[in-house]
Amino acid sequence: MTDSLELAGEKAAAVPDTTGTRAATIADRFFRNPVLGPLSALILAVIGFSIFTQNFLSVDNTSLILQQSVVVGTLALGQTVIILTGGIDLANGAIMVLGTLVVAKMASGNHGLQVPALLIGFVVCAVLGLISGLIVSRLGLPPFIVTLGLLTILTSVSRLYTKQTVLVDDGPLTWLSKGGYLFGQFQITFGVVLVLLSVAALHFALTRTAWGRHVYAVGNNDLAAKRTGINVSRVLLSVYVLAGLLYALAAWQAFGRSPATSPNAYPTANLDTITAVVIGGTSLFGGRGTVLGSYLGALIVLVLQSGLTQAGIDPLYQNIVTGVLVIAAVALDSITRKKAR
Amino acid sequence: MNEIVLEARNIVKRYGHVTAVAGADFDLRAGEVLAVIGDNGAGKSSLIKVLSGDVVADAGEVLLEGQPVHFRSPHDAQKAGIETVYQDLAMAPALDIATNLFLGREIRRKGPLGSFLRMLDVKEMRSQSRRQMDELGITTLQSITQPVDSLSGGQRQTVAVARAAAFGRKVVIMDEPTAALGVRESRGVLDLIKRITGTGIPVVLISHDIPAVFEVADRIHIHRLGRRAAVVRPSDHTMNEVVGIMTGALPPPDPSEKVVPA
Ligand SMILES: Nc1ncnc2c1ncn2[C@@H]1O[C@H](COP(=O)(O)OP(=O)(O)O)[C@@H](O)[C@H]1O
Ligand SMILES: [Mg+2]
Repeated sequence: MTDSLELAGEKAAAVPDTTGTRAATIADRFFRNPVLGPLSALILAVIGFSIFTQNFLSVDNTSLILQQSVVVGTLALGQTVIILTGGIDLANGAIMVLGTLVVAKMASGNHGLQVPALLIGFVVCAVLGLISGLIVSRLGLPPFIVTLGLLTILTSVSRLYTKQTVLVDDGPLTWLSKGGYLFGQFQITFGVVLVLLSVAALHFALTRTAWGRHVYAVGNNDLAAKRTGINVSRVLLSVYVLAGLLYALAAWQAFGRSPATSPNAYPTANLDTITAVVIGGTSLFGGRGTVLGSYLGALIVLVLQSGLTQAGIDPLYQNIVTGVLVIAAVALDSITRKKAR
Repeated sequence: MNEIVLEARNIVKRYGHVTAVAGADFDLRAGEVLAVIGDNGAGKSSLIKVLSGDVVADAGEVLLEGQPVHFRSPHDAQKAGIETVYQDLAMAPALDIATNLFLGREIRRKGPLGSFLRMLDVKEMRSQSRRQMDELGITTLQSITQPVDSLSGGQRQTVAVARAAAFGRKVVIMDEPTAALGVRESRGVLDLIKRITGTGIPVVLISHDIPAVFEVADRIHIHRLGRRAAVVRPSDHTMNEVVGIMTGALPPPDPSEKVVPA
């Protein structure tokens, strides 16, 4: 392409790159940064609760909040990538739960089978992602309906598969909560490290690779993406499979949280992840948002729950606050979108 | 006589029971500017969408440099060297100008960062984009890192034109590229068209701006009711005659003149 870029251009009046001074650029970037909203909300909540409650900022409590974030946080990453393409995934919790059941049944009572079982779990979740991806990308059906159907099916399949709680032994499956790094009194488990690494890796893929830009482009306007030469259906497929793999990762994280798995676990995971994604500043219309924001969104919900509990407020109010936050975040997104046109 | 670069025979394209293209022929010759004119709804956009792979024809055949081609997507046509500026734009509004210019053909970093981590060379893409804008004399853009949704319709159109000009290797197609542009920007696009053909790449220009068509076109393909009514040279006809043929007020010239040898 370079040769055609060098079309003779004698009249080239140089475009002033008027991003202006360096300082202006930095300020500009800062205010355009989509993570800023959720980050300030999180900081404000943390400051507020540490002023108004006794134990909120204690080492134990903060470490606990981080550990509580790993499952929904990881699921929310898959949800974010799907929402970025303009889709939604109502089945993510169900996929993860079926994953945990398959793994637990295979590995139950046999320590040596834990790693192979986990690998099978990854395959199962990826295949389920592939199925929604194929239906959405090849048949062009709306993701909301497709994943609602899948959710209904998987909920039954899980219960047909096993009606009881299955336990796994301590081993590679529960390893994520069994160790970690100590910073003074403050413990960061492997699970927390893994969720942070997942956020970082996905952030890199979305912002620094062509694939990431294509994900945003498809979510922005899929017809336009097609016309620029992007293989829209392949991008969609890759996104759903990747989400499936992230749900498997969440399944592994879930074993770290509890060695007992049941078909009734995580009944509201799908809505919890949508909440996190929306609070994290990702647009439900697709094409705008960040995975970092979604993880911060998951943390904000946990911080609110924890802080309000510490403040002795009826847990029912926690959900009211979360609900208000979701609506506020969507309203903000809608205003930003209107301004953008 | 210049050889034919892109040719279509007997193209039919229906949308439901609307027949947008009804057995149209088309030919584009090496190095020329071919204007395509016709009333709204005549099927101009549908015809060029067939040529650019955006829609698949119900019947007919397309030949690129004499070889039959079957484009199933714009990607196929782009791989073959055909670049298109669509009438309704093809851009990702939330992404910035440089990203949009390189969408679908991003440049990766050199070394393991690029090959292994697939990391993009954002700096290189930005500097090439800036250079491209400079060379096109596009001076109204503030910054190459502006999101496209902060641009005016005309500015977006210019970005799309820049994109096509940068990547078109065999054919550049522009569907009403100046419709949303101001006088100065339109001038810029016309100059750009001349510059592209100066490098030997033929341009298809769909336009309602008859004076502009007469200025830049080597031949004019007049489209009427879903098919090619005539192909004329601007030097052989007045603007009024051409508009007359276009609207059906005048009969098309003698078919023997239909495909004017270059
Ligand atoms: N996607 C579509 N669906 C249905 N009808 C269409 C579509 N695109 C074009 N048409 C119809 O096809 C005819 C030709 O349209 P078009 O090719 O856009 O003409 P032009 O570009 O010459 O104005 C019109 O009647 C238009 O309404
Ligand atoms: Mg048109």
